[in-house]
Amino acid sequence: MLIAAPLVALPALALFAVVARRAAWSHAIVYGGCFLAAVALLAGGLDQLGGAAPVGVTLPFGLPWLHAHFRVDNLSALFLVIVNIAAAAASAFAVGYGPHLPDQRRVTPFFPLFLFGMNAVLVADDAFMFLVSWEFMSLSSWLLVLSDHTRPENRKAGMVYLTMAVFGTFCLLPAFGLLAGPGGDFTFAAMRMKELAPASGFLVILLALLGAGSKAGLVPLHAWLPLAHPAAPSHVSALMSGVMTKVALYGLIRILFDLHGEVGWQWGAAMMVVGGVTAVMGVLYAVMQDDLKVLLAYSTVENIGVVVIGLGLAVAFKDNGQPALAALALVAGLYHALNHSVFKSLLFLGAGAVTSATGERALGALGGLLKRLPWTGAAFLVGAAAISALPPLNGFVSEWLILQSLFKGPTLPHWAMKFGVPVVGALLALAAALAAACFVRAYGIAFLGRPRTPAAAGAEEAAVTFGMRAAMVALAVLCVGLGAMPVTMTNALSAVVRPLTGIEVPVSADLGWPWLSPTGPSSGSYSGTILVAMGLLLCGLAVMLVHRLGTRALRVSPAWDCGHAEDIPQTQYTGHSFAQPMRRAFAATVFRARETVEMPEPGDDSPARHRVSMIDPVWDGLYRGLARLVDLLADQVNRMQFLTVRRYLLMMFATLVVWLLVVAVRQQL
Amino acid sequence: MTAVVWQVAQIVLVAALAPLATGYVRFVKARLQGRRGAPPWQPYRDLLRLLKKEAIVAPTASWLFRAAPYVTFAAVWLAACVVPTFTTAIALAPAADLIALVALLGLARFWTALAGMDVGTAFGGLGSSREMLIASLAEPAMLMMTFSLSLVAGTTQPAQIAAFILGGNIGVEVSLGLALAALVMVAIAENGRIPIDNPATHLELTMVHEAMVLEYSGRHLAMMEAAAMLRLTLFMALISCLFFPFGMALPGAGAVAALVGLAAFLAKVAALGTALAVFETMIAKMRVFRYADFLGGALLLGLLATIFLYVSEAV
Repeated sequence: MLIAAPLVALPALALFAVVARRAAWSHAIVYGGCFLAAVALLAGGLDQLGGAAPVGVTLPFGLPWLHAHFRVDNLSALFLVIVNIAAAAASAFAVGYGPHLPDQRRVTPFFPLFLFGMNAVLVADDAFMFLVSWEFMSLSSWLLVLSDHTRPENRKAGMVYLTMAVFGTFCLLPAFGLLAGPGGDFTFAAMRMKELAPASGFLVILLALLGAGSKAGLVPLHAWLPLAHPAAPSHVSALMSGVMTKVALYGLIRILFDLHGEVGWQWGAAMMVVGGVTAVMGVLYAVMQDDLKVLLAYSTVENIGVVVIGLGLAVAFKDNGQPALAALALVAGLYHALNHSVFKSLLFLGAGAVTSATGERALGALGGLLKRLPWTGAAFLVGAAAISALPPLNGFVSEWLILQSLFKGPTLPHWAMKFGVPVVGALLALAAALAAACFVRAYGIAFLGRPRTPAAAGAEEAAVTFGMRAAMVALAVLCVGLGAMPVTMTNALSAVVRPLTGIEVPVSADLGWPWLSPTGPSSGSYSGTILVAMGLLLCGLAVMLVHRLGTRALRVSPAWDCGHAEDIPQTQYTGHSFAQPMRRAFAATVFRARETVEMPEPGDDSPARHRVSMIDPVWDGLYRGLARLVDLLADQVNRMQFLTVRRYLLMMFATLVVWLLVVAVRQQL
Repeated sequence: MTAVVWQVAQIVLVAALAPLATGYVRFVKARLQGRRGAPPWQPYRDLLRLLKKEAIVAPTASWLFRAAPYVTFAAVWLAACVVPTFTTAIALAPAADLIALVALLGLARFWTALAGMDVGTAFGGLGSSREMLIASLAEPAMLMMTFSLSLVAGTTQPAQIAAFILGGNIGVEVSLGLALAALVMVAIAENGRIPIDNPATHLELTMVHEAMVLEYSGRHLAMMEAAAMLRLTLFMALISCLFFPFGMALPGAGAVAALVGLAAFLAKVAALGTALAVFETMIAKMRVFRYADFLGGALLLGLLATIFLYVSEAV
């Protein structure tokens, strides 16, 4: 009931938004309704996560011979929770944020539809409903990407996004077809029963990885993501980046662990390699971006890579008959998915608050915002620390779990895994460390220092309304809670993975409540709760000692800066200068980053210039090639439009002969 | 209950010992360079003097600038509490393993780097940017070292690793040597020692850590300096705990064993401090863009340590 009612209400809200589009107050009703629906769905998900048996229902619509099947099991419930935490926050944020948008009437009708699409994917229990909802999600988010269609880069983003969305569905469609088999029973229940031939099993996994991977943003299928996510309004970006990528991962997990079930360790190895490369590439892109929202979108690519490393490891352990470790790796991956949706939504909402207060989203135009936007600044700081995997926040807990399960990787018997696991571990560690650099840079440039433009200097917290603030603070509190008290969540997650791996992993083992010790207390444990308590104690002790031993006097006086201090804010470090060491150390080979310095001769008063050129290996290497190929083929096909009637007749005849030959040969075989 | 007592003792010990360890390294270095040098206990005086001076804060700084010294210090102190020094039986040992230790140091660095950017000066940003580059290579190197140790000892818990090595389960191994080399290189980078950074530099363009804390004064600077000293002690404790745990008291041992452990720990700190001073005197600082080679080397050593384990298993 908690799940069905809001699912019906969401399309109704969309209709209402269209009908009442001229009324100034309509957006508050629509977003308020979305908030209530998301909270109800969240409650439904949590209720189900509590351990109730799966609930299914069949409704008489959809394909006449199939009907529509819906079912909520633990996995769906978990993802309902993931989706709707962010959806509730984004809706609350949007109540205050909506009027800031250039044309909110292009946003309000599609926002509820987007929420509906994502939630419907999660509760679908047959391939038809799944794909229809999937397309619903894609198309409604495509419309949201295009809401500010006057900017040419947004139109380009919409085009690329649509192409990739079509590609994704194009892959998933035959994957489900193969899962259903020639009999064509498209319910998930039937698919679970089915034994697949090795060749079709291979194809199913490949197509699922391509289809869901392109939606989730795995390298090299990520190209659309940093274009499309930032183009949408910030509360939609938060959902696309924080949540829609998770729905894609849900699809992947559903197919690989539930519907198909027999996935070889080689696939796990492949996923780990792709995940590792995705994580490092994503964060390398992110660390060099100047646009705050593009930076966040690339960082989503990184985090999806981290989750996929966990999933790949789970596949390998499961195939090798180590269900306990498989469950641990899966718990780690799912926990990271949950955490990422929380802090990435928080960061995107923060970027939205910054945009509405300053009108800018380029790092080079910001600065000094922590003093001007104290609430946004504090919430963004929590998000930045969480995504940098710093204790005691939630990002660290999931990275810790993934590393712990990765450290058990050498127990796999395959030599490829034995040697590959440390390399993937190194990639993961590199990605985590670079993420910290990326967010120190983003936060330091945007929120600290002195304002770089009048727009940043004039920012006021008043532009960030109560709903926006409440949404950000709630997510920040969640970041702390999920980090300081992880055991409650890991226990719920281990109930989720039980049906998928056949075993429940006692993540808190023998030590009791505040302890995480997934592989036994003697082989590694962590307690966020105790670290928080001790950290606060020591910090308080330090403050007390300092104030007891020393003076409390404080003088405000201009910065020292080695005597070079100047009032011009341009003398500060910029995002580009901050990224320069990273660019030199990492991007020189992968991105072929080159720097040229033009120094005018003495006496010449033209300005000195410093240019950086970089290529995007994925665009230049893969997509441009593909686009050229498509153009070439289109040109060839185009010639067929200008043939004589005689030649058309000849072609038809030739086609007929070829098909008859095919049929004849097949009958012979 | 004894574990709690030992834990409190350790919390006090690391905080009290840290300035002395740093002062000792400076003293030995001065002697090696033919100077008389300040006595080893000079850092205590310096810290006390800084505490008594008023703190100066730029008008452009936010609350983060004033909070960062305390957060940094507390994070490093917390990290130093969980690495066994004289006994492995400390109450907090299971609360954080090596991965969490790396992350706690990352937390301290995150705040210091942000504080460097808060006033909005060129040098602060320069220091933060370079520090994050160093960290982006040093952290993976340390995690790789953790990986190989966890394969050898079956645990990521420093106390358990020490107990494992003390139990005589292991001879001299190539991979342990490689892991030690990686950890030493990381320790040099994390503590801003030569050849990565020069803690005594007065030339701003060569600064990393000093550039980040350039705007600090008074008690804030005292906290930042104390955190740096504590970090040096922490890494000395870590190297001795993971690779030379000899003399350390094990759970269940009495007060005498703890005293022996304490004496052994002090001796180890003195030995490592002397080694550091000798090394720093012998070598010159390297260019900023050679860091990647140095720390990339540490990362590869950590990886090789794992690979060599398989090789020695297979042989």
